[in-house]
Parts: sequence; C-alpha cells; structure tokens
Amino acid sequence: MTPVLVIEGLHVWFELPNHKELHAVKGISFELEPGERLGLVGESGCGKTTAILAMMGLLPPTASAAGKIILDGDDILAGGDTTMRPHRWKDISMVFQGAMNAFDPVKTIGSQIQEPIVKAKLAEGKAARLRTAELLELVGISGSRQDRYPHEFSGGMRQRAAIAMALACDPKVLLADEPTTALDVMVQAQILKLLVQLTDDLGLAMIMVTHDLPLVSQVCTRAAVMYAGEIAEIGTTHDLYHKPLHPYTRMLFSATPDLLAEQTVRSIPGAPPRLDQPLVGCPFQPRCDSALTVCASEAAPLRTGPDGHRAYCHLKDTA
Amino acid sequence: MTEPLLQVDDLVVHYPAGRKRVVHAVDGVSLTVAPGEFVALVGESGCGKTTTAQAIMRMAKVTAGTITYSGCDITTFSQREMRPIRHEMQLIFQDPYESLDPRFRVRDTVIEPLQIHGVTDNREERVRAALERAGLTPAELYIDRYPHELSGGQRQRVSIAASLVLEPTMLLADEPVSMLDVSVRAGILGLLEELRKSGLGILMITHDLSTAAHYANRICVMYLGRVVEEGPAHEVIRNPQHPYTKALVSVVPQPDPDRATKPQILQGETPNPVNVPSGCRFHPRCPVAEARCQNEDPQLRPAGGDGQQAACLLI
Repeated sequence: MTPVLVIEGLHVWFELPNHKELHAVKGISFELEPGERLGLVGESGCGKTTAILAMMGLLPPTASAAGKIILDGDDILAGGDTTMRPHRWKDISMVFQGAMNAFDPVKTIGSQIQEPIVKAKLAEGKAARLRTAELLELVGISGSRQDRYPHEFSGGMRQRAAIAMALACDPKVLLADEPTTALDVMVQAQILKLLVQLTDDLGLAMIMVTHDLPLVSQVCTRAAVMYAGEIAEIGTTHDLYHKPLHPYTRMLFSATPDLLAEQTVRSIPGAPPRLDQPLVGCPFQPRCDSALTVCASEAAPLRTGPDGHRAYCHLKDTA
Repeated sequence: MTEPLLQVDDLVVHYPAGRKRVVHAVDGVSLTVAPGEFVALVGESGCGKTTTAQAIMRMAKVTAGTITYSGCDITTFSQREMRPIRHEMQLIFQDPYESLDPRFRVRDTVIEPLQIHGVTDNREERVRAALERAGLTPAELYIDRYPHELSGGQRQRVSIAASLVLEPTMLLADEPVSMLDVSVRAGILGLLEELRKSGLGILMITHDLSTAAHYANRICVMYLGRVVEEGPAHEVIRNPQHPYTKALVSVVPQPDPDRATKPQILQGETPNPVNVPSGCRFHPRCPVAEARCQNEDPQLRPAGGDGQQAACLLI
C-alpha cells in the first residue's frame, strides 16, 4: 500500500529569548499507511506534540521546521503555510489535548462543529446542519442534540463532539493528542473503542500521541517511542513489548504498572536531557541501565529488525 | 489484627445544591487503615473519594457518621482541636507544581509545618532527616534549591518531606503521582511503600487500578458515594465480585498487546449525585441487574476471598 503520510527527517527548532535555540524535534522519519493506527509515545518534553503540530502547520511563530511532510505524494511543508493551508482540517486533522474543554461556552456544540464545514465551503445552511447531525451520530451522539451548549454535555460527550469536529471535512489522517487523558477509565474505554471503530470504518489513519504505553498497546498496531526529540525505536506494538531493541522502551514498560502482572515496577533514574544544548552520544545514555562506554561519545547507530522494526542503539543484542 | 489508626464508620457528607436538592457526595462509607497498612480508595471522578479524604481531614463538613483516629472520635472536633491530629495525619497533594511556593527554598517549605506546629528544637536536623527519608539524599544537595530547579518527581519528594517532618503516623495521599511522568511514578510509589513498611498507615486516593493493584494491601472501590467492594488488593483485582469492579478491571489497558482482553464497557457515565438511583445505585448501568435491584439497597457483605466484601444483591 502507498503510505498516506510520509515524514522524512522532520526537524523543529524553537527560538529562545536569549538567542539560543531549542532543538525540539531532531530529524524524525516514519510512514503511515491508510487506515493505520500509530502511537507516538514518550515522556513530557520529548517532542511528540511538537511533531504533530508541525504536521498540522500549527507551530507557534517562534518555531521553524525543516524536512519533508509528504501527504499523498506532495510535500506540504515545502511552501510553508501556502502549501499547508489547503490540507489542514481537510486532509489532515487534529483532536487537541483537552479539546473537550476548548468549546466556546456561549455557542452551541452544533454551530461550533459547523464552522469548519462552512469555512471549507463543503456545505451551508440546512445542508451544514444535516452534516453536523451526521457527524454527531458517527461519534455516538444523537444528531438532535446539536443545539445544546457545551455545559449540557458530560466530559465524555464533549470529547466525542471534539472528535466529530475533527472529522468535519472528512480527513485522511487524524492526529489525536492525548485523547483520553482527563477522562475516567470507563469513558476512556468508550472513546478508545470509538477511535478504533472510526479508523476501521472510514479507512482513516490515526497518530495517537500519549504518554501511556498500555493505551498504545491496546489501540495501535505500531508505535514510535520518542526520546529527547528523536525516535528511539519504532515497530509493531507486539515487537516493542516482546522484543524491544532499545533499553528505553524496555525500561518504560517496566516503569508502567501492569494490572495483572506481579513484576516489580521500576522507575527510570534521572530526567530527560535539556534540548537547548548540543548533546553528545546517545541522549538516553545517562539514564540507561545497559550503557556501554561508546554510548557517551558516539551517536547511536541504526539497528533493524523484521516488520520495519528500527531503533537507534549501540547494543548488539536485544535490549 | 492491630488496632486501626483510622476508622471511618458510615460517613455521610451531603452538600446543599439549592432548591432543596442535595448532593450525596459521600453516602455511608466505612473504612479502616491500620499502622503499616496501605489502603487505596479507587473510583471514577465524582464517586466521592476526595470528599471522603476531605471529611477525614475535617476539611469538609460531616453530615453523619463517625471518624475515629487512634481511638479518639474526631468527628466533631473544632479546627483548634484538630491541630494535634493534623500533626499525626498528613496530606500529600496531587500537584507538586502547584503545591510548592515558588519563592520558598526547599528548606523553607519543609520547615513550615514545624513553625506552624510550634516545634522549635533541632529544626534543621529534622528538615534534613525528612528530606533524606523522602529520598532526597544527600539533603545538602537539595535544601537550598528553589522548586524551579527541581524535576517533577523531586518536587513531589519535597512535598512528601514536608509531610514527614512532623513524624506523622498516617499519610493521606490524593492522586500522588497522576501529574508525574511514568518514568518517575514508580519512585514515588516505592517511597510510599517504604514508609508503609516503616509503620505508617497510608490511605491513597487514585483512579488508577493498576497502581492500586501494585502498591496497596487493600482496595476499596467507590461508586456514587458508597464503597461497593473492598478487600485484599490481590482478591479485588483477580477475583472481583461486584459487577462494577468487574467492569472497571476489564477496561484497564494492558501493556501486552497480545493479551486477550474482553473489555466490558459500561454505557453512559456516573449519574449525578443529586439524583441517586433507587435501590442499588449501580442498577441503571449494571449489566446483570434484576428487577429487585431497583428497590433494595445492598449492603457490604462477605463475598469472594478472605476479608473481601461486596455490596450486591446477586452475590
């Protein structure tokens, strides 16, 4: 299958007030097949949200991006906002972190979902209302509730409405940033089921950003583990859990309590490095439990496995 | 069994909601915490777990029921009478980014409880001991720092040190790791476990069943102001009896993608505690409810393993 989205050597820098630069995303590359669900995981500050904001062309003015973001064969990053704008919301769309709390409290849910439909000139008036009702039904809310206000919806319903809004222009790629973070487990389970259903039924590809590995294992077929702005490891969720190539992936899994396993949960010592200074060697080396001498001085080489399994690590055997 | 440190009997906390309506935040909760015991109070938002903790700390007004601490009934204690109790029973807050004053050095934050409680001797030593007990070793490395110079995990350790400096007998921790990165959570929870082993009683409020399963000795599952199931952590997770606990356990995401799970997703969300359903309050969402569940209000009774109880008519 031809991938719907190809990210090639994507970099993002933020300009800091003291003429310094923060290199937030350091040349990440991956492909996304149509209908695929890919997880983007890592600790806070690893660059996962910055990476998907770059894909939406929604970085703040202090940021600059380089590399290629190829959507259906066209590099949409090449021409800046001019080449981004025609695809934003229409081909590539996003559910923001905390989207459910971002609705305007004085406008009805329906009128807010209609906005992108009208802006994109997909429909107007009655047709737009009809489309809104259809979108709400798609996410499991009765279409007749489009004239309700955000406060009349529960958290879970507002999150469904936020997903409906992202789907308004029938995108091919959905970027979901921590889509269930502020929700209770039961509502989380409902929303995850909905996302799986939507991607299956609509052939929609999804990138789910989260810090929660079990969520990714449950929802995604593949995942990229990010650390200090780089992809440390990418592969199927099966391989990441059972045959990790990077110690960071293995250590992240052992830091996550597993409901039904009795293994000891171990935290990872230290903290991620600062990204406003150049780093030498492997960025994970100071926290790694199997670091070699070479890790401190030389950048980690690429290691590959079957099914597109890639990791950047000096180790020769499995992590 | 050792005498419990904390005993809560049939606790009720109601709030007026205007027009004669009442929020049934906590509606008859009983629980105990013994020295050296780690109890987790789990449930979804709005189930009353935080209100229960606030009532225990006497930060919420108790409508009915009793709270006993070390054999002393503190239910009607005034704020002044609560002072020595607060010395014994300390709170750990959820957000280490909000709970530390950014203008206070670590020393000032940890010394403050001593000043408030009028402890004057060996302050500096007590602060250092508390920091080291909270895993900030050597204390000299941290004592003069400001919060912005610390990571999230270290901030939470400072906050725990401030709770430990008065040498309490019990800690009440409200979602102590939910604001922290996964990689440091285990460190904080491991610290709480160490403190438990040293004899402190710990009551942790959490929405995360996996965390409760790994660190607590006992788990109390709350739903809409009631404890619907409680027992040894192992039993409650491996052998849940109440249909609500069964559903909760089934939807927890598992790290192994190959492990077959059958999530039993309940429809809707927790009802508004202003309109508590009749009979068993879980019946409108219960997958196995029968006609009598609409009328009879079930009480906790032995079910499943040793020391396990559930409030369900069908058990």
